[in-house]
Amino acid sequence: MSGFFILAILALAFLVVFQIAKASEYVSVLKGEEKTFLQNNKINAFLFIVFLVAGLVGVWYCNELYYGKTLFVQPSASDHGEKIDKMMWITLAVTGVVFFMTQIMLFWFAYKYQYSEKRKAYYYPHNNKWEVLWTVVPAIFLTVLVGFGLYYWFGITKEAPQGSQVVEITGKQFNWLVRYPGKDAVLGRKNYRLTNASDGNALGVDWEDASSHDDIEASEVHLVVNKPVKFVINAQDVIHDVGLPHFRLKMDAVPGIPTTIWFTPKYTTAEMKKITGNKDFVYEISCDQMCGSGHYSMKGIIVVETQEEYNAWLADKKPQYVTVMEGKKTPVAVADSATAKPIAALSK
Amino acid sequence: MSEATIQGQSVIGKVAHDHGHAGHHEHDHHEESFISKYVFSQDHKMIAKQFLITGMIWAIIGGLFSVLFRLQLGYPDATFPFLEDIFGKWAQGGKISPDFYYALVTMHGTILVFFVLTAGLSGTFANLLIPLQIGARDMASPMLNMLSYWFFFGASIVMFASLFVQTGPAAGGWTIYPPLSALGQASEGSKIGMDLWLVSMALFIVSSLLGGLNYISTILNMRTKGLSMTRLPLTVWALFFTAVLGVLSFPVLLSGAILLLFDRNLGTSFYLSDIVVKGEILPNEGGSAILFQHLFWFLGHPEVYIILLPAMGMVSEVMSVNARKPIFGYLAMIVSLFAITILAFLVWAHHMFVTGLNPFLGAFFVLLTLLIAIPSAVKVFNWLTTIWRGNLRFTPAMLYAIGFVSLFISGGLTGIFLGNSTLDLHLHDTYFVVAHFHIVMGVASFFGMFAGLNHWFPKMYGRYLNNTMAYIHFWITFVGAYLIFWPMHYQGFAGMPRRYYDYSNWESFKQFIELNRFISTVAMVVFAAQLLLVFNFFYSIFKGRKLKTENPWGAATLEWTTPINPGHGNWPGEIPEVHRWAYDYGKDGREFIPQNEPVGPNESHH
Repeated sequence: MSGFFILAILALAFLVVFQIAKASEYVSVLKGEEKTFLQNNKINAFLFIVFLVAGLVGVWYCNELYYGKTLFVQPSASDHGEKIDKMMWITLAVTGVVFFMTQIMLFWFAYKYQYSEKRKAYYYPHNNKWEVLWTVVPAIFLTVLVGFGLYYWFGITKEAPQGSQVVEITGKQFNWLVRYPGKDAVLGRKNYRLTNASDGNALGVDWEDASSHDDIEASEVHLVVNKPVKFVINAQDVIHDVGLPHFRLKMDAVPGIPTTIWFTPKYTTAEMKKITGNKDFVYEISCDQMCGSGHYSMKGIIVVETQEEYNAWLADKKPQYVTVMEGKKTPVAVADSATAKPIAALSK
Repeated sequence: MSEATIQGQSVIGKVAHDHGHAGHHEHDHHEESFISKYVFSQDHKMIAKQFLITGMIWAIIGGLFSVLFRLQLGYPDATFPFLEDIFGKWAQGGKISPDFYYALVTMHGTILVFFVLTAGLSGTFANLLIPLQIGARDMASPMLNMLSYWFFFGASIVMFASLFVQTGPAAGGWTIYPPLSALGQASEGSKIGMDLWLVSMALFIVSSLLGGLNYISTILNMRTKGLSMTRLPLTVWALFFTAVLGVLSFPVLLSGAILLLFDRNLGTSFYLSDIVVKGEILPNEGGSAILFQHLFWFLGHPEVYIILLPAMGMVSEVMSVNARKPIFGYLAMIVSLFAITILAFLVWAHHMFVTGLNPFLGAFFVLLTLLIAIPSAVKVFNWLTTIWRGNLRFTPAMLYAIGFVSLFISGGLTGIFLGNSTLDLHLHDTYFVVAHFHIVMGVASFFGMFAGLNHWFPKMYGRYLNNTMAYIHFWITFVGAYLIFWPMHYQGFAGMPRRYYDYSNWESFKQFIELNRFISTVAMVVFAAQLLLVFNFFYSIFKGRKLKTENPWGAATLEWTTPINPGHGNWPGEIPEVHRWAYDYGKDGREFIPQNEPVGPNESHH
């Protein structure tokens, strides 16, 4: 019923607008088109100034409302993110100046040079000096932005430092599977044709490769604070993306083409809870590449902790190989608790 | 000053033309049947109208889809029983299903990018304006031109049909990245709907190529006497570069689409390798999913300029006419269009900074991408200088033109963030991107189109659009666009990913529920305002105020030297000869000097 009312109100509003529009056309014929033109011109010129002022206030008000909800109010949780934040502020400053300057000019000119019978438009087809000026000045600013940008870019994308922790993250519809290389610090070889989730091998690890025997599979990513970590990123079915908003990073997960990204986490989850004042704070991995109907629910959890906490967490983890082989010996005890469980996922 | 030129809409025509041919053009179409005049027409003006009206229908559908998915985003917990009445299983219990949501998002993008802002925009104004502004009787090949529309119509039919198949239309995003789009097992939308999408796009590309080749050959070969390339109105230049972009890049998308069809149906592995989908191990090995992205964005990036350049051209023209002042820096405007065209081909991988692209290669794309800001800055400052010390008439077209410049600045500046790979690591695929491209290529291009529509409607139908409705439409849309897209930058700064059906389970993104509700509400209001425009359009075709002068805006270009309702062939008598550039406004104390007026003995030189 309320739907019907909304439709009726809409239809009525339409009718009113239409009648006004029609009437105004008749009025303009009666009043003389010149007079109507002058009046409309004045109104619209005035509205442009109103728009400018209201717009500037709106920009401020919007910032008041939402600045606190962005990541600007949280320190970056990774060292790379700090560079990215710095770059963001540099870019904001440069573009901000241009934004306010040009928008104010645009609407001010629109108001100031509105039609007047007294003024003649100034015949001014070109001026090389001005044109060179606004080619060169933006070029200089952009050189600065490109310079800073690439400096940071190469810093962020260079090889991960020796001794970084390695974690493999594999995306599949619609969750993330996590694997740690174990004591040998080498991830065991994989062959996608061996994938068999019901047999404890959701990742398609090749058990023939001995370096796979100590690999640990888990449902969450655990990282040590202030220790560089390198993610090796895979996908099984379609393209996903490891989105790390708090670390200011992301990297696609592409079937058949492993990608990597590295960074150093700066704050433990517990510290971030204090910093943000949010007791429910959690580092989330969001899938940032459209991957199907469950895309929006493809969540992963990262826990950043101290070395001791990490060691304690790792202590009771059994390598996946061991779990699988035990399961084969005693089929009754197929405890698949250690198999990578869909992380969070839809949890519906 | 004549009244015609101040008001733009006066009874008193001033331009010196030959009225002797008033009844003359009748004979041009006395033998035309309904079919050859309105359906299989080879008259460029009729084809333009066909593109426009088809585009409008698509715009309503595409816009409506955005309202539907905004309903989900704004009210994730609410149910709307009427949705189930209409959409059945897609909205069970009155709640849009995720599959349906993604289908809506995908079709919204596809429809708006290709069917509305490519075909509806270029198709309409290239067809209408190229022959009229260069002084030609029609396109180089009216036949190909007609085919161009009918291939578009075919593409439309196939795409429209895909909305009704049981598994739904394509749902993998308008960029249809494989493997998602290649594997029916991975998504409902990757079943038959995806095949239809690809077939429709193939037809669409044929249409676009036929049109583009025709535009290029017409502009190069059929300019009237005296109309050198450097005397062309900027609209024609913009449409020329648009056509060049389309002709060189659309075939690449076609190849990408055909390979995808092979992967889907013939068991090839161009894009597929090492895939386990829903537990099923696929035999494909050796393909690269990233290859598709290269092929796609080699069109996809030029595509955004295919959308934007015609708008830039029309805005330049409308702005100069209504400022009563020449466009500032005509040559710089052409050079910047040219620079944008060249750069458009060299920046595609900036959409792929986070695909694992070699960082060294990425650096070149950063540099080339940010270079685009330079010609863009030149254009903005030239527009600003064009209105500086002008005598501005705020016709509806002029309002849209000013709105375009404002939006182009806002959306262009955010491109400087996203083109910088360092920032893209953070902002990629967040709402910042949504805000950026909707402002700069979506709304801005629509404003270019609205400017064109309001400015040239009198040429199309011999009547005016209703001013009051146009003013209301402008202000609602302009304010609404900023209200919708400005706050989205903040969502982007929070890292909020795009294409999510529901954010309420996310600790990092759930703080924006109220904002989402606000945006959805404004989106509905803005959509309603678009219906007002559509209504104005159809109402004015039949009931609009009639033109009493050939040149209602006091413009210097050739299209206004044709009769009010030009027949097929455009000029009843001789084709006008051109003696000057298109922007002699306010020169030597004269309001304007039409292009076909010979240079006087005492005329000053600019």
